[in-house]
Amino acid sequence: MFIKQLSIFIENKAGRLQDMLAILKDNDINLASLSLADTSDYGVLRLLVSDPEKGKEVLKAAGVSCRTTDVLAIKMAHKVGQLQEVLGIICEAEINVEYMYALATGKDEASIVIKPSDIARAAEVLKKAGASFVTQEDLANI
Amino acid sequence: MIWNESKECMSRDEMQALQSKRLVKAVNRVYHNVEYYRKKMQALGIEPGDIRGIEDITKLPFTTKDDLRDTYPFGLFAAPQSEIVRIHASSGTTGKATVVGYTRKDIDIWSECVARCLAGAGVTNKDTIQVAYGYGLFTGGLGAHYGAENLGATVVPMSTGNTKKLTTMMIDFGVTAIACTPSYLLHIAETLEENGDLDKIKLKAAICGAEPWTEQMRLQVEEKLHINAHDIYGLSEIMGPGVACDCIYHKGLHVHEDHFYPEIVSAETLEPVADGETGELVFTTLTKEGIPLIRYRTKDLTSISREKCECGRTTARISRFKGRSDDMLIIRGVNVFPSQIEAALLEMGGTTPYYMMIVDRVNNLDTLEVQVEVEERFFSDEIRELENLTKKIAHVIQQAIGLAVKVKLVEPHSLERSMGKAVHVIDKRKLV
Repeated sequence: MFIKQLSIFIENKAGRLQDMLAILKDNDINLASLSLADTSDYGVLRLLVSDPEKGKEVLKAAGVSCRTTDVLAIKMAHKVGQLQEVLGIICEAEINVEYMYALATGKDEASIVIKPSDIARAAEVLKKAGASFVTQEDLANI
Repeated sequence: MIWNESKECMSRDEMQALQSKRLVKAVNRVYHNVEYYRKKMQALGIEPGDIRGIEDITKLPFTTKDDLRDTYPFGLFAAPQSEIVRIHASSGTTGKATVVGYTRKDIDIWSECVARCLAGAGVTNKDTIQVAYGYGLFTGGLGAHYGAENLGATVVPMSTGNTKKLTTMMIDFGVTAIACTPSYLLHIAETLEENGDLDKIKLKAAICGAEPWTEQMRLQVEEKLHINAHDIYGLSEIMGPGVACDCIYHKGLHVHEDHFYPEIVSAETLEPVADGETGELVFTTLTKEGIPLIRYRTKDLTSISREKCECGRTTARISRFKGRSDDMLIIRGVNVFPSQIEAALLEMGGTTPYYMMIVDRVNNLDTLEVQVEVEERFFSDEIRELENLTKKIAHVIQQAIGLAVKVKLVEPHSLERSMGKAVHVIDKRKLV
């Protein structure tokens, strides 16, 4: 139920984001979602892609600092209070959220991507609460 | 292996006697053949007869790079042009180039000294060596080349500039030794690693010089390439590479003191300091004919030991350089050596990340920014972790140099690499 996020170190310079995306495009890697965390000097580009291992390989070959990180993508209905409910489950287990961002998965539902401080336990409590997760296969087929 | 046991393993007494004999001859040579030296000695009231042995060396005047510039191009030559068979010149980043000339005997002695260094690094006539220093006016290429040929090794004169060809030949020719700058060796190692070629090479020794590097950097390259990496020292004014080199025990660089007499003096008072104390390295060439130099101030800071080495050699050893007094930066009144930044970065664990120091002056205040390439092993998907990394690097550097720095993380391979001497400092203050 963990999915692999591709994280890329990127300098805050014109054209660098475009360069990274071009490498992925040239290798036929599809993007499902992204988030960009930035500081004044650099940023971390976090991507959910169709093939994260291949993405890592081609970026590394181009001399880019990148890694894959396990994250959870939890499916939610388009309903008021859904995200709050999901976070409530995590908070109650005293798990911290390092970062999160949204993933559009369809007309009737959305997903939230979460990097919890303790991913195994987060997955366990969410599963117990009946949550369902986006899988790596789902991402490959978006 | 010891190339010249009779010289490299001499007793201290024999060595002193030899040095005394040769110094007297060298002083006579410069006094009678070089007007500049004759005038300098006369101004101090010294005649060749006052120099009876090596202990009298402190009576003699020093020579500096400025003396070479003042007498540009051939003013300090002590042999007629008909005897000069080769000219080399330093890169001369400031002012005029420093020009040196060699007689045939000078070239022979140089080749002998480089052969001693290579033998000390375990290289024999069964080895194939790539010389990846620049060939030309710079002494590195031809100096290493002649020494390796003298040893009888198979020499591949690569020069610099084409790393791909170099690594291809390194694999295809089964190259076992390489002579190049340490930063270029690191670049070669990176290239081999990126191409997955590290296990295809047969390299066993590297003889690196022409720029200061740290002990950690040496160990790093040894580990990465599974080789023995040696530090060869030299300067064109004295000869070129091969003035000194470390043996397989890596406990200081053996000086070929039967040809180059080393002294360590206080950089401030110019008085000799005791063995083991750090000071400026000064050389007197004892056998050189083309351009013999008396008490040449190298600006390199080191210390000396005259204890016998485990390898059996009795020659004096100079310790790893603490820096050059002329690459010393003064930032907000603090003396900073790039080697200190390098050593600090190595404390971060593992290998040295590539770095660049940017010195600037903002509102009349010097600033130091250190740009560090974020290699994969340092990279985290969390900003908080990267910020911690930045703080940690800044802290480690501040501890080392006593000066606050701004650390900026940059992408791998984004800082400029040089094929020759590594450039780790951009001092923007000079442009103002």
